[in-house]
Amino acid sequence: MYQYDQYDQAMVDARVEEFRDQVARRMAGEITEDQFKPLRLKNGLYLQLHAYMLRVAIPYGTLNGRQMRMLGDIADKYDRGYGHFTTRQNIQYNWIKLEDAPQILADLATVEMHAIQTSGNCIRNISSDHFAGAAADEVVDPRPYAELLRQWSSFHPEFDYLPRKFKIAVIASDTDRAAMRLHDIGIQIVKNDAGEIGARFYVGGGMGRTPMIAPVIREFVPVLQMVSYAEACLRVYNRYGRRDNKYKARIKILVHEIGADEYRRQVEEEFAHILTLGLEPPAEELARIQGFFGNPGLVDGLAEGYDRSDPDFAVWVDQNTTPHKQPGYKAVVISLKPAGGIPGDATADQIRLMADLAEAYSLDELRVTHTQNIVLPHVKQSDLYALWQKLDEAGLAAANLDLIGDIIACPGLDYCSLANARSIPLAQKISARFAEPERQRDLGELKLKISGCINACGHHHAGNIGILGVDRKGTENYQLLLGGSEAADTSLAQIVGPGFSEDGIVDAIETVTEVYRAQRTEGERFLDTYRRIGMAPFKEAIYG
Amino acid sequence: MKILTGNDLGSGHVVWWDGEGWSRHVSDAVDVGDAAEAILAAEEAARRVNASYAISATKAEDGTVRPDHIKDRIRALGPTVRPDLALQPSDPQSGNWVI
Amino acid sequence: MVDHCLRYRDDEPVGDPAVTVDAFAEHGNATAVRIEPGDDARMLLPQLGRIALIEINFPAYGDGRGYSAARILREHGYTGELRAVGDVLIDQLSHMRRCGFDAFAPDKPITQEAADKALATWPEVYQKTVDGRSPIWALRHGR
Ligand code: HEM
Ligand code: SF4
Repeated sequence: MYQYDQYDQAMVDARVEEFRDQVARRMAGEITEDQFKPLRLKNGLYLQLHAYMLRVAIPYGTLNGRQMRMLGDIADKYDRGYGHFTTRQNIQYNWIKLEDAPQILADLATVEMHAIQTSGNCIRNISSDHFAGAAADEVVDPRPYAELLRQWSSFHPEFDYLPRKFKIAVIASDTDRAAMRLHDIGIQIVKNDAGEIGARFYVGGGMGRTPMIAPVIREFVPVLQMVSYAEACLRVYNRYGRRDNKYKARIKILVHEIGADEYRRQVEEEFAHILTLGLEPPAEELARIQGFFGNPGLVDGLAEGYDRSDPDFAVWVDQNTTPHKQPGYKAVVISLKPAGGIPGDATADQIRLMADLAEAYSLDELRVTHTQNIVLPHVKQSDLYALWQKLDEAGLAAANLDLIGDIIACPGLDYCSLANARSIPLAQKISARFAEPERQRDLGELKLKISGCINACGHHHAGNIGILGVDRKGTENYQLLLGGSEAADTSLAQIVGPGFSEDGIVDAIETVTEVYRAQRTEGERFLDTYRRIGMAPFKEAIYG
Repeated sequence: MKILTGNDLGSGHVVWWDGEGWSRHVSDAVDVGDAAEAILAAEEAARRVNASYAISATKAEDGTVRPDHIKDRIRALGPTVRPDLALQPSDPQSGNWVI
Repeated sequence: MVDHCLRYRDDEPVGDPAVTVDAFAEHGNATAVRIEPGDDARMLLPQLGRIALIEINFPAYGDGRGYSAARILREHGYTGELRAVGDVLIDQLSHMRRCGFDAFAPDKPITQEAADKALATWPEVYQKTVDGRSPIWALRHGR
């Protein structure tokens, strides 16, 4: 894992002091809320329904036990004993006091963490593959490239007041586990025919009210020009992105309006100029960063296999673990989706327990996934049973990864001031309705995603089943969407028809699953069946 | 009735204008009639409240004040999915009040 | 307005009024130009040598086009005064300076002391820009 040197630490410390000063000026009335708001947002501090909310960055979703423990301690000390892991691989606290915020940032800085640029119209926390470093199919570990971009984008003087927020994802395998093409810039690290590493740039994806899948802007940017190319992409956006309408300000609209070809032409022109300026960190710097992401302590020569005699354990291991590139290991996903629970929420004790387990069983590493779960990436197969027992005791052993119970839900109207409808109670009802493990497994892979408004923080456009909360004359109403995917075969879900009440939508989902069961052929996932038979049979069954 | 709400600047607590100051309990809210803008301007300037706004609400027989919009009812109560964190966590029925 | 101008250069301030980019293109003799957010700074590149003052206007601090405009001008060798005017706030000064501004004429005056403190916010910097500071990656590798 990356470790700060004195420079990184000094930058984060400087930020804490800057923010301390800004908060003091706000409290003393030297600056107005209008002036203060963008400053607090750049430190991840929102004002939400009940209090201030703090969003802490977890760069590319990777953290160690010490950092995780700090997240638990902050939940106890400054919040109400829990935190919410988000689809952006971050954690949010819902009950923060403005007065405490600078001290929280100072506490975070002691474990090399921060809330820098987790909101505002700047380059946000960079996301990545949650199995990076463990996945068998990766070309290289994408995280060093993400770290290079993290440093480049931190306090970037030119891009702090962009037309709109800007999200970058970096992956390095053909299997997309990070919804890469639904980001403003998606970077896939690839190897060309000559065996050289480079970056494929996808630009102009996003969700929100106009979801778009990013087109390729350049197939191959040599790795030692990646930062310069990103700089060019951003500069063209900063120049031409719309400022007159916040709903049309994302880069996806620009790329769509002028076309990918024209955007590419402009970027290439700017890129040619930028290459003359020598802005790119040298090869030694990438090598230095890569040095931190070498073998975290994986042992050679371990045997494959483990005792599966406990049937509950066997079910969990089959559902929630994935193959590791190193023989004798597995990557374990801890589901934060117990039946009837709040997706993504974890108590301070659970957070600390996961920190302990990472230290004991996963070479001191954890990941946050964009599906609001936690990964222990490097677990010896011989430790799986002991690990499972400890998770089970703490209510963290739900065996539902990628099943209908593994729901993504945004905070919705329970916490979010932009919401039209609540998301969490719906997630609770659905996961309770389908709580029976055999029933979930029979339905197989089924990604259900709920957003409380059109901003799509819950990725509903990318759900196999998506739910969007709308406001119908002051009451909560829900639209049903089908057919989305954020994997390598990215597609956008389509609205089925008129909306439903809270109970109505749970029934409609049950109907949808019944249509699937009746129509599926051997080995077909829900998404495959939907793609084969189309919307009509589902619509017919729901609306008659 | 027209009532005023916002958040306390320092703590972020949801607060309601009670005629003299800001209370955490919605039922302390008073009807401000046409005075909304003047009060909000003065209170914001004095930093006694942040992100404040006026809403309409209804007063029930028993004196409880019910904001007309669900969003403000949830602000008054707390997250409906965590009744344990509500201002009056003892009342298991409180969630129904929101809908 | 020039009353409140904070300058980080030693030459005499330019007295000429700044003209719009369009007017500058039409009459070739002005030495001071004012760029609005929608203007393309690259229009000025052919004439940079004879300009002594470029004002970049920020009607609202949240519109960041002026940061790119400033950097582009400096990257192409402009050495005259580059002045940020309009809704220029203390918390934006250090980034502006990094993009090449060397004068600030904020609508609401900023004291020299406050400005100096703001400009000292960052002990080091991650990016190479036009302000001549060595980025952290260079310091790390003794460049
Ligand atoms: C409760 C406070 C939150 C607020 C006020 C908020 C606000 C927003 C807004 C306004 C957008 C739309 C941006 C646009 O399309 O221009 C958005 C998008 C998004 N938010 Fe949130 N959000 C919140 C919480 C979350 C949470 C908890 C998550 C993760 C679970 C999240 C993840 C996302 C994602 C993934 C997008 C995606 C869309 C995109 O990049 O186009 N947000 N959010
Ligand atoms: S989708 Fe809407 S309701 Fe949900 S968190 Fe985002 S902004 Fe809030």
